[in-house]
Amino acid sequence: MSVDLYRVDERLIHGQVVLGWGGQLATRRYIVVDDELAGSGWEQDLYRLGAGGAELVFVTLSEALGALTGWQVDGVASILLTRDVRTMRLLSESGDMDGCAVNIGGLHHAPGRVRVLDYVYLSPRDDEDLRVLADQGVTVSARDLPDMHPTSLATLLDRRR
Amino acid sequence: MSETALVKGVVVAHGGMARGLIDAVSRIAGPQGDALVALSNEDKGPAELEGDIDALAGDDPTVIFVDLHSGSCGHAAFRSSRARGDRLVLCGVNLPALLDFVFHRDLPLADLGPRLVEKARDAVVAFPREG
Repeated sequence: MSVDLYRVDERLIHGQVVLGWGGQLATRRYIVVDDELAGSGWEQDLYRLGAGGAELVFVTLSEALGALTGWQVDGVASILLTRDVRTMRLLSESGDMDGCAVNIGGLHHAPGRVRVLDYVYLSPRDDEDLRVLADQGVTVSARDLPDMHPTSLATLLDRRR
Repeated sequence: MSETALVKGVVVAHGGMARGLIDAVSRIAGPQGDALVALSNEDKGPAELEGDIDALAGDDPTVIFVDLHSGSCGHAAFRSSRARGDRLVLCGVNLPALLDFVFHRDLPLADLGPRLVEKARDAVVAFPREG
């Protein structure tokens, strides 16, 4: 599989992703699925600063839905990122992520969100989206860095209550 | 001293780095009042961090010192400074740059920026030197 990691992280491309995950997975491409960022050249330039020599792809959700199966088999080691759970859920509803794992890497404090880990705060909408992801055959866990112990979806949702 | 408003410094970094740097400045150069303020990205999302920078900088001319240009601190600083002429972002902050800053806050931002970059770079050396 060419998409080695599906990650939800508000910060998208940053140190943990590039140095932590990217280093361990020998990532050659970062795919950012975000409607707003796909249309903002100056913000894309910010993210390019930190990607080392890897390729960066910024696409809308619609474009990602059309390209996902290609990325999954084209042989380019990739990390796919969204900044929220909803976008990942919508991507998975294509049916092309069955059997994949989604990593929750960073959802921070915001109104309506409850802390479940230092780096994960969940809203009721996040809960619902995570459950839908799991129902679609996606394994969900939280882990900020590859050497850390993952926290299962069941534990996340239990702490949310 | 010119009549130009003194420039404020906001240090934005991972974990406790900003607080530690400002503490080190005060131990070398003495207490600096509100010349430098620390901001950590710990447990903060991008919007919250950007809002905190805005609140600390206000409408004063400000240098926003960040540790990494490519992380959440750098991104928030760049976003808060975009299209503003009264904010400057310096990435790769180190102690020599902050020490120079506290003694030259009366300079216009346009002069302070290149000066601080030079001070920060000049302070990184390896021993023994090559050649």
